[in-house]
Amino acid sequence: MEMTEMKDENRKFKIVLTFCVMFIFWLLLSAWTVYLPEPYDFSKVSRGVLVALIVTFLTYEIFVPCRGKDVLLKTQRFIPYVGWELWQIYLATVDVAKRVYGILEVDPQIIEFDTTLRSDFALVTFADSITLTPGTVTVDISDPERGRFIVHAIAKGPADSLTVDQTMQKKVGYVFMEE
Amino acid sequence: MLAIDIIATMFLAAGTFIMITGTVGLLKFPDFYTRIHATGKCDTLGQIMIIVGCMIYEGFTFITIKLLLVTAFYLLAGPASTHALMKAAYVTGVPVWKKGDKRM
Repeated sequence: MEMTEMKDENRKFKIVLTFCVMFIFWLLLSAWTVYLPEPYDFSKVSRGVLVALIVTFLTYEIFVPCRGKDVLLKTQRFIPYVGWELWQIYLATVDVAKRVYGILEVDPQIIEFDTTLRSDFALVTFADSITLTPGTVTVDISDPERGRFIVHAIAKGPADSLTVDQTMQKKVGYVFMEE
Repeated sequence: MLAIDIIATMFLAAGTFIMITGTVGLLKFPDFYTRIHATGKCDTLGQIMIIVGCMIYEGFTFITIKLLLVTAFYLLAGPASTHALMKAAYVTGVPVWKKGDKRM
């Protein structure tokens, strides 16, 4: 009895959340064609609501697979991480440019290492981060249960920063609380 | 207006230079994996620079928000496509270049 009630509540929560995100997204994308000729009228906005509803009922199971824990805290920790990541993208490009124009050497190697990350979102974030930071590209996550990554590094320095320093593992682990 | 034009042009020029660097790397590097390094990384920043240039040129309108969404999508899609290519090459056994080998 209690289980079904909780399930119902979860379902409602998923539908409301998906609808809000879809409608805001529609508003952002089409606001200028809706608003500029004349201020919002009912028929135009109702079209947006209709489309958002259709998309919501088609996708809410995929869009919000389960109710996360500590979402607010994780979001709060994620925002500074994105800033740090943008800085890393800049450094990565400078690093590759130096190797292209022959200032630094190219000495590629494939490395394999374990991490403490387990959840899907943390693994995806870390894999994307590896590709965006200097000198390393993710090849594969060979064993998601143990968080095992295969990484192609363009030289020894970038490889060491993953296996020895482990700055980024700690940062991602801190964001997703999986240290 | 002139100042905005100059700043936007600087961003566009920087983005173009980064994209050209990526292309030079694609032609110069010795094997498949290192070539992916050059294009995968330079494309991301080059694209962001060009989009920021467009944003500054347009001024703050709803189009700015659309461009921002494109940037966010690019940050997700760029690494994913790079990884897909890398994994495909690794699984099918494309040889890895070691220092001192012949160019492939």
